[in-house]
Amino acid sequence: MLDVLIAGAGVVGCAVARELSRYALDVAVLEREEDVGAGTSKANSAIIHAGFDAEPGTLKARFNVEGCARMGALSQELDIPFRRNGSLVVALTEEDLPKLAELKARGEANGVPELRILSGDEARRMEPALSEHIAAALYAPTAGIVCPFELTQALAENACVNGVLFHMNTRVEQIEAIDGGYRVRSDRGTFDAKVVVNCAGLYSDEIHNQLCDEKLHIVPRRGEYMLLDRKAGALADKTIFQCPGKLGKGVLVTPTVHGNLMIGPTAEDIDDREATCTTAEGLAKAASTASLSVPELPLKQVITSFAGLRAHLDGSAHDFRIGESRPGYFEAAGVESPGLTAAPAIGAYLAGEIAVHLNARIKPDFVATRRVVRPRELDFASRQALIRENPAYGNIICRCEQVSEGEILDAIRRPLGARSLDGVKRRTRAGMGRCQAGFCSARVMELLRRELGADFEVTKCGPGSPMTVKDGKER
Amino acid sequence: MERHELIVIGGGPAGLTAATAARKAGVEDVLILEREDCLGGILNQCIHNGFGLHRFKEELTGPEYAQRWIDEAASLNIPFRTGTMVLELSSDRILTCTGRISGLEQLQADAVILAMGCRERPRGALNIPGYRPAGIYSAGTAQRLINIEGRMPGREVVILGSGDIGLIMARRLTLEGAQVKAVAELMPYSSGLRRNIVQCLDDFGIPLKLSHTVVNIHGKRRVEGVVLAQVDENRRPIPGTEEEIPCDTLLLSVGLLPENELSELAGVPIDPATSGPSVNENFETGVAGIFACGNVLHVHDLVDHVSEEAECAGRAAAEYLRGARAQRHEIPLRSGDGVTGIVPQRIDPSALPEVLNLRFRVRREVRNHYLSVYAGGERIFHQKRRIMTPGQMEEIALKRELVPLTTTEIRVAMEEA
Repeated sequence: MLDVLIAGAGVVGCAVARELSRYALDVAVLEREEDVGAGTSKANSAIIHAGFDAEPGTLKARFNVEGCARMGALSQELDIPFRRNGSLVVALTEEDLPKLAELKARGEANGVPELRILSGDEARRMEPALSEHIAAALYAPTAGIVCPFELTQALAENACVNGVLFHMNTRVEQIEAIDGGYRVRSDRGTFDAKVVVNCAGLYSDEIHNQLCDEKLHIVPRRGEYMLLDRKAGALADKTIFQCPGKLGKGVLVTPTVHGNLMIGPTAEDIDDREATCTTAEGLAKAASTASLSVPELPLKQVITSFAGLRAHLDGSAHDFRIGESRPGYFEAAGVESPGLTAAPAIGAYLAGEIAVHLNARIKPDFVATRRVVRPRELDFASRQALIRENPAYGNIICRCEQVSEGEILDAIRRPLGARSLDGVKRRTRAGMGRCQAGFCSARVMELLRRELGADFEVTKCGPGSPMTVKDGKER
Repeated sequence: MERHELIVIGGGPAGLTAATAARKAGVEDVLILEREDCLGGILNQCIHNGFGLHRFKEELTGPEYAQRWIDEAASLNIPFRTGTMVLELSSDRILTCTGRISGLEQLQADAVILAMGCRERPRGALNIPGYRPAGIYSAGTAQRLINIEGRMPGREVVILGSGDIGLIMARRLTLEGAQVKAVAELMPYSSGLRRNIVQCLDDFGIPLKLSHTVVNIHGKRRVEGVVLAQVDENRRPIPGTEEEIPCDTLLLSVGLLPENELSELAGVPIDPATSGPSVNENFETGVAGIFACGNVLHVHDLVDHVSEEAECAGRAAAEYLRGARAQRHEIPLRSGDGVTGIVPQRIDPSALPEVLNLRFRVRREVRNHYLSVYAGGERIFHQKRRIMTPGQMEEIALKRELVPLTTTEIRVAMEEA
């Protein structure tokens, strides 16, 4: 019997796994997709929120502020691209001013440091692209931007290095209490564990409802985004939120940690938990709403658009549901925004509780760090030396993002390495640039085959998504 | 730092021709840098014929056309480095390159010819809504998969965009056993060559749906179908005209963009109309000693024209390196009504070749219209063309003596009879 079974390898599941891997415990993770972070964790704003949105006293407030504070050290420890760029909440009209003051007071109650209200002119001096109509802004210097893919991968890899087993392409189907723990049936076998942690995101209610009397209902809340070319990335330095007001929650304009510009998300409650499609209406709305704060958005430089589904918990609580809901059954349900920010703190909290529950002891040989070779970030002489030592780092495969063969091979060979084009893309950025993989996809496919065997079926994102078909004449 | 007289960035048709022309014009020290493992550029995957009709009076395949120039360069002993990608170019012509063999290095060039070609516009540039499954390829990527890698992208295909690569791929996929269900084109006319529409679509009974676009993509993991809709005169989908076509592949042939990241790093001014460098009649960009030719300058329909321009660029670079620079007085060439993307963008009327070739595109499809050239207020050229379409590059061969030395501006316009 396992000590702990985690359902879901999104950012929360991986954070729990990583924190649990500090202890001498048998831990396994089940993930229905072929890669970690392939659901909500890959399609979001990639923002580290400062923590002034949530009501004081809520779990959202607590884990947001704690997660934001942890991110600096965590990004150093696990080599995750992260920048504390600061955020602005802009008041689009004078009527929004009281709301800004309210957000500031809320943030201070939550323990967010250094919050400041700026006049419209001060805000425009900080962000010249802001609309002239903006009356004031709440400035939060502790907010940041992160690579959500690498955050999740880094947590998972580190957990893996420290002994956690990951079962990919494995979907939880049924869960029941047994003597001394739980029995989890999946489409790839049955697992018994003393403790189960439900980190199943959009499907966390399905697991919860099999074990608990009080029923939960997750509503997928779709958010559509557009990503702009790096040429547009300099338009904003801070993350620019809109004041929640008559027009709804507003959409943000933000640089990404890799230097692109991103706008979104819309917010639309839907029924289908798989409907990660974009819509013409949604994209148009994202663009028009974003242009209220930044009027001169160069929408001709959009390179891709995408949609993510937040796991919104139906009901009046408006909070995450985190903790031990019955003995040995822990959960993190309804983790919507600021879930990415909060995940490391949620992971630490749940791991701590589980360690107490199991009376676990700390492992002396826990490896806390992870490193990635990033040739583009080296100075000339170091990069030259690296390429001399391993010429694969000199062979550029993705020309838009200048990703080398060496980095792609690393991505495939790492613990929990890439097994698909999307897997390579999210680990290396190959295919994320302005040509959107037009140039490199055939080459990355070849590298995957070279590494994983000539018969390896190259997919975009796992089973059911083959990149090529057998000879067309064989029909 | 390693130094060369002339470095040509790109070993496709433009780079090869420019390098050979420069060598023939007396430049001893020419080096070609090519990021692929062999010379030839995109022609290597263009295995259909139709290349070289103007240049060699023969119908060659892409690789054959490239080989003519590769052989020519070899006979002149022009050195090249394949597998070498230029990462950076500075305005004083220092190139930072990387490759498996030569590693990371910096090269200094006295003159540079930009010949990096172009790339395809991706789906994102169109913002087509829907899912993002496997099975969506740009036409050129699909061409590489089939012709170089020997792999089939799919079996039932819809193609969006009737540019030449899209048309060529409709035929190619059909010959390889796939079923091409439709080619949809946003505009009321095809942007491809007439002969390609006949030979690639009509001959195989593939429907061309003009004024249509893809408004949705179905299938979460692999394409399961696309929704086509008719568009109005403002290119907006008309509600009620949607038609779902089951397919496993969507090919995009929605335009090419000159690949000018390096040019921009070097501070080369870019013409928004062509998305390529602004050049003078010598194909010299706004930065001294940096020349441009081929699809990095403006996207061509015919490789024959690429070679012709690249020869001029190569000869001009040789002249630049000889240091015989007269004082230049340049005037702008402007697009008048119905015309866009004129190359060259500026000329010195006192330094023109005997015949100055102006290349540009018209903005809409017309019949029996005139092309006119004005010098100041004076019309110096007026010629009727039976049919003009944005899909086909127009050309005016302007005799030197027609251009008044004192004129301050040249304007090209499309006019009704």
